[in-house]
Amino acid sequence: MRLSIDHRTVYRFTAPQSRLVQMLRMTPENSHDQTVARWRIDVDCDATMRRGRDGFGNAVTMLYAEGPIADIEIAVRGEVLTSHSDGVVRGVREVLPPAVFLRATEATPRDPAIAAFAAEVTAGAEGPVGMLHRLNRALHERFALDRARPAPGLSAAEAFARPAATSRDLAHIFAVAARSLDIPARYVSGYSIVEGSLRPTPHGWAEAHVERLGWVGFDPCTGRSPQEESVRVAAALDASGAAPVAGSRLGEGEEELDVAVKVSAAQ
Amino acid sequence: MGKRPAFDEIMGMDGDTPPRLPLAALGKWLADTPDDELRRRQETAETTFRQLGITFAVYGDTDTRERIIPFDIVPRVFLADEWAKLSEGLVQRVEAINAFLDDIYGERRILKEGVLPEDLILGNPQFRPEIAGMRPPHGIWAHICGIDLVRTGPDAFFVLEDNARTPSGVSYMLENREAMVRLCPELFREYRVEPVDSYPDRLLETMKSVAPRGGSSGPVCVVLTPGHYNSAYYEHSFLADSMGIELVEAADLVVDDDQVWMRTIAGRVRVDVIYRRVDDDYLDPLVFRADSMLGVPGLIAAYAAGNVAIINAPGNGIADDKAIYSYMPEIVRFYSGGEAKLPNVETWRCREPQALQYVLDHLDEVVVKLVDGSGGYGMLVGPTASRQEIEDFRRALIAEPHRYIAQPTLALSTVPTLADSGLSPRHVDFRPFVLTGSKGVQVVPGGLTRVALKEGSLVVNSSQGGGTKDSFVLMADGQRQTQSMGGMTQSQGFGA
Repeated sequence: MRLSIDHRTVYRFTAPQSRLVQMLRMTPENSHDQTVARWRIDVDCDATMRRGRDGFGNAVTMLYAEGPIADIEIAVRGEVLTSHSDGVVRGVREVLPPAVFLRATEATPRDPAIAAFAAEVTAGAEGPVGMLHRLNRALHERFALDRARPAPGLSAAEAFARPAATSRDLAHIFAVAARSLDIPARYVSGYSIVEGSLRPTPHGWAEAHVERLGWVGFDPCTGRSPQEESVRVAAALDASGAAPVAGSRLGEGEEELDVAVKVSAAQ
Repeated sequence: MGKRPAFDEIMGMDGDTPPRLPLAALGKWLADTPDDELRRRQETAETTFRQLGITFAVYGDTDTRERIIPFDIVPRVFLADEWAKLSEGLVQRVEAINAFLDDIYGERRILKEGVLPEDLILGNPQFRPEIAGMRPPHGIWAHICGIDLVRTGPDAFFVLEDNARTPSGVSYMLENREAMVRLCPELFREYRVEPVDSYPDRLLETMKSVAPRGGSSGPVCVVLTPGHYNSAYYEHSFLADSMGIELVEAADLVVDDDQVWMRTIAGRVRVDVIYRRVDDDYLDPLVFRADSMLGVPGLIAAYAAGNVAIINAPGNGIADDKAIYSYMPEIVRFYSGGEAKLPNVETWRCREPQALQYVLDHLDEVVVKLVDGSGGYGMLVGPTASRQEIEDFRRALIAEPHRYIAQPTLALSTVPTLADSGLSPRHVDFRPFVLTGSKGVQVVPGGLTRVALKEGSLVVNSSQGGGTKDSFVLMADGQRQTQSMGGMTQSQGFGA
């Protein structure tokens, strides 16, 4: 499938900023089932950009801009060719052993309620892949999808107690649940056409590591593994580690974030 | 406790025997100098420390109140051959620590070859995946190590703890020496003591040697402090001052184009080497804690790009973690190809069921430590603990055994110390400082001796009633006398 992506992030500041440093994880990379045909990142102010990698091996772009900056628009445009993979991730640069992804983080803490849920819904399932698919479906059925922007600082444990969850919360809960079963799991950020979505949003899902198969994607928003409609960009222990933008600004005032993403199948 | 036979470093194996032969003159000095005179000198030194505002916290000490650490006037002395042997062990250990860090964030050979259990590293919060795959300039991670040692006999040294993050206390080594030179000049006439006042020069040389390649003029080095609220702020400013480099806070540094710059009145100056006294968590809000106000946004990107050296490197906590400590003999063997010259204290890993059972059966004999604690907190000293404390620890151990290790209570060496009742043996430990630059490893001939001022106490932490002493390293025969007397106090600008 040929996916065309147009992702604009606009930060507006109530007072001009004298300096801006941002770390962007917005660059997808080639894998067996994903070929980046065209990709560019543009900003609407005078800025320096430097490419590098974070500790998880994700491609990052450092953005340095001198003020005064009242607002900044980061426009990401590109085309990616994807193929059907049943969610199995192949040909991706892996720098850390899977066991690292058993650890808890602030957003994905160990949680007895999630662990109990994971044990219950996977009971009797055959093998880890069977267990993970059951877990994925069970999460999909349990939560109504909340399409609002994720509440900042909400942990998987807190999200689990609510009736509705965002894609980020669901992926976090999935990771905590899988880790409680001793299966390494991580958060993936990227772009996706989610079924029934009225307004396109950047998407997040989970990956779990299965012996002999490697990393496999699971999207609790759909209850299935991500398919050709997804572009994989970054992976980390939780959403903050894979965030498209980690930013720091120097100046007074508040910031307002406006994200518009169009992910569509090109003709 | 007091009955346990302990090796006294000056008086020998039993406090009543004559002093060890090379230290006879020191023994005589102790016998001939009236206690009142010793006390007067000690008080003079402490008054100076108070005026200078020296406050200091051993790594992990969470108490930030302004406080001086008691100073004891009786020095602790290492003979030249003892020191030479000790140094070999220290160099080997620090080389292994550097090799371990380079491996664990790189190839991870030590895990692939099954020398260490994988989960011990990969599941350890001190292993920072955020910086995996990044390599510091010249491949050096632990530029400044403080290796905490205890001694039980003339040649029996054991490593109690490695400090590979930001070991503090070096200002005490320097100030204690300065006080001793001023207050007890006769000792320096009697003994040829290795000078320690070159430490700032050695540190600066070490910093410059690890500057990323390709600098046109000389590398620019700075000390990064969390600020004057930090309990070790005195040491930060003292070190910057004595090295003649800038002391900066995060707000003074900016990262642009993957390079680190310092704001000055004359404009931006590019920075090559940062001696940071800020913990990893607060180093760069884009990579570690996002709420950090102490960090420099983009610093890790500059580091990853190889444009700045961070001293010590981020991620080092995995090398001095207490859970890793018990594997240090294996780690040293793996990287050096030989047995560790400096042994560990025997350690029971409570994560192992058999070890846990042994510890639970001997709680009144052992020292139990929290794997993730420091500064003498979260610690049980069995022989001196109350029944209540022992029962509290028993419950904690059963609930979370993986969080604890235990060690035998050692008969720590003693050094005569000026107590209220006069000179009396007190237990000591020792933190030598080891510097690693691109030209090799060097052990600073001296260090921080901490002394448990309470009779019989084995806890030397400053937060728990510990004090400090000067540590003399005697020169080998034939070495030239270079210790400057008297006038030396002016050389560092802190003359009385």
